[in-house]
Amino acid sequence: MAAPDLALAGFATALRHAGLAVTADRVHLFLQAVASLDATLTADVYWAGRAALCSGPDDTARYDEVFAAWFTGDRSRGVVPSRTPQPSVQANLGEGADETEGDHTLNVSASTTEVLRHRDVAELSAADRAELARLFGTLRPQTPMRRANRRRPSHRGEIDPRRTLRAQLRQVGEPGRVRYRRRSVRPRRVVVLIDVSGSMRPYADSLLRLAHVMVQQAPRSVEVFTIGTRLTRVTPALRRRDPEFALRLAGDVVPDWSGGTRLGEVLKVFLDRWGQRGTARRAVVVVCSDGWERGDASLLGAQLQRLAGLAHRVVWLNPHRGKRGYEPVQAGIVAVLPHLDDLVAGHSLASFAELLEVVADA
Amino acid sequence: MRVGNRGKWVNAEGVSAVGSAAELAECLRATGYLAGEGLATVGYLALALHRPLLLEGEPGTGKTSLAGAIAEALDLDLIRLQCYEGIDASQALYDWDFPRQILHLRTVEATSSDAAVEEVEKSLFDERFLLSRPVLRALRESPAVLLVDEIDRADDEFEAFLLEVLSTYEVTIPELGTITAEVPPIVVLTSNRTREVHDALKRRCLYHWIDHPGLAREIEIVRTRLPAVSARLAEQVTRSVQRMRELDLLKPPGVAETLDWARALDALGADVLDVETAAATLGAVLKYREDTDRVRESLDRLLAS
Repeated sequence: MAAPDLALAGFATALRHAGLAVTADRVHLFLQAVASLDATLTADVYWAGRAALCSGPDDTARYDEVFAAWFTGDRSRGVVPSRTPQPSVQANLGEGADETEGDHTLNVSASTTEVLRHRDVAELSAADRAELARLFGTLRPQTPMRRANRRRPSHRGEIDPRRTLRAQLRQVGEPGRVRYRRRSVRPRRVVVLIDVSGSMRPYADSLLRLAHVMVQQAPRSVEVFTIGTRLTRVTPALRRRDPEFALRLAGDVVPDWSGGTRLGEVLKVFLDRWGQRGTARRAVVVVCSDGWERGDASLLGAQLQRLAGLAHRVVWLNPHRGKRGYEPVQAGIVAVLPHLDDLVAGHSLASFAELLEVVADA
Repeated sequence: MRVGNRGKWVNAEGVSAVGSAAELAECLRATGYLAGEGLATVGYLALALHRPLLLEGEPGTGKTSLAGAIAEALDLDLIRLQCYEGIDASQALYDWDFPRQILHLRTVEATSSDAAVEEVEKSLFDERFLLSRPVLRALRESPAVLLVDEIDRADDEFEAFLLEVLSTYEVTIPELGTITAEVPPIVVLTSNRTREVHDALKRRCLYHWIDHPGLAREIEIVRTRLPAVSARLAEQVTRSVQRMRELDLLKPPGVAETLDWARALDALGADVLDVETAAATLGAVLKYREDTDRVRESLDRLLAS
């Protein structure tokens, strides 16, 4: 490889480290592209790289940063962000031993399992948490269905003139059996938005596991996003079969674990970028949040109204709803309440199972 | 395969005759399409490397019209494939003309009773009974511009099929054989991001995100596309639309809406944009009631120069 090519390939590697999906064939395309332009012009290299190495609007900001750092030698501009996992703010993966509960023994009998199913996940010890993680495998989500646009051949339903005629033509015009068709059903899209801000921290791990179970059951029709100070799509990570691996991957892509909340603003970003374009249209949208809004809750209310107009059903999962004496009085919840179809609890495995039923029946 | 009129973008060796990005931008400008530096460079790369071009961006930023402009600038046919949910290969590639085949059989039956069975069967799958759909047409008539519009509306299986065609530029019809494009067609794919396009397809393509143009360029676009509109009106309209985009609307107006608005005002005979005419014609720019209400409130500020 010639020296300029090496420098360009190095740039591509830097991009990969910064989190872009740079593959070998993309690098090859990039080198080809630069070769057919003028490699000495910064603008040409810039556009060639942007066309060959980026795969979405989210990539361009990071691309610009790395480009500036690599070609102007300005290291202070912060190359390699986000990709290094930050263990302190990662979701609790339920592996580490819990010192306070030294020799806690676990009796996995039917009754303890039943107790565990109803306990608040925020108050569990590490050992219970590990057992609970196993129990997530017992959840059986069902995909909600919607009527499809296309009609499928069937043995009953309305008459299918085209197939009937074709069949008769095949018999040289002799009258034959009448064929029927009916509308088929297709899986309805489910969108899960998980609040990963500080106040939801004890539940984020369990909620992601729940989302993982849902994605595994219907990888093509479930979309999962985390919301906090920004919006992150974690569906690709959750498509990995192994839950621990999937959660660790999700932990790597989410930049704002246990940060603040800007529910209204981030919901707006979701609706602008994804929801209105189609992701939320006719979908079942599950928002998992305590509705803790720092600023003015009117934006949140307005966004929920928008969401309710797009979605087939809006379900709000609030972990605090399962607690005794809970009243929906916080400003955030009050603002969204008029636009919800369901407000469900979400603090224990049993309540997660209930949520799955609500989603399946939607 | 057409031999006579090959368009001016390929010379005898099938090599692109457009020598640089600036030259492509110049060609596009002649058709009234003003491409930014980035788009021109990426477009030039698509021609030079024979790679499909995947365009994403807000609605109304000129993704679809770029394909038309390239076709016009290079004097090629534009072949358009509009994607929709449930589209399949028989609508994109080819289909057999069943009724004509039946008619043909009847004719054979009526005229000659002693035709060999194999002959008749063979004559059924002749070129003349083949209905070429857009992708096959593009391969056969190449050089041409193939526009695959709104690929995000199609299903995953269709994407996989498209990926196959776009990597080899050939198609096999079992009854006829393999059809290969002598020169790969110029392929433009557009997506509105209602769904993430599969990464394998993206990797095959050059990617470009089209943003709303800046003030100066948008005014230029209005002036080029609508020469009848006065310079003053063009500037006022564009400036107001650019301000609207900063307002956080449900559906920010695109360039297409700017042009619609200017056209509407021109049709009304207005040569200055004032509060009354603007309020009366807002429907050309804004398509949501909530947006219209918000803009109407701040119309005087929006129009202030």
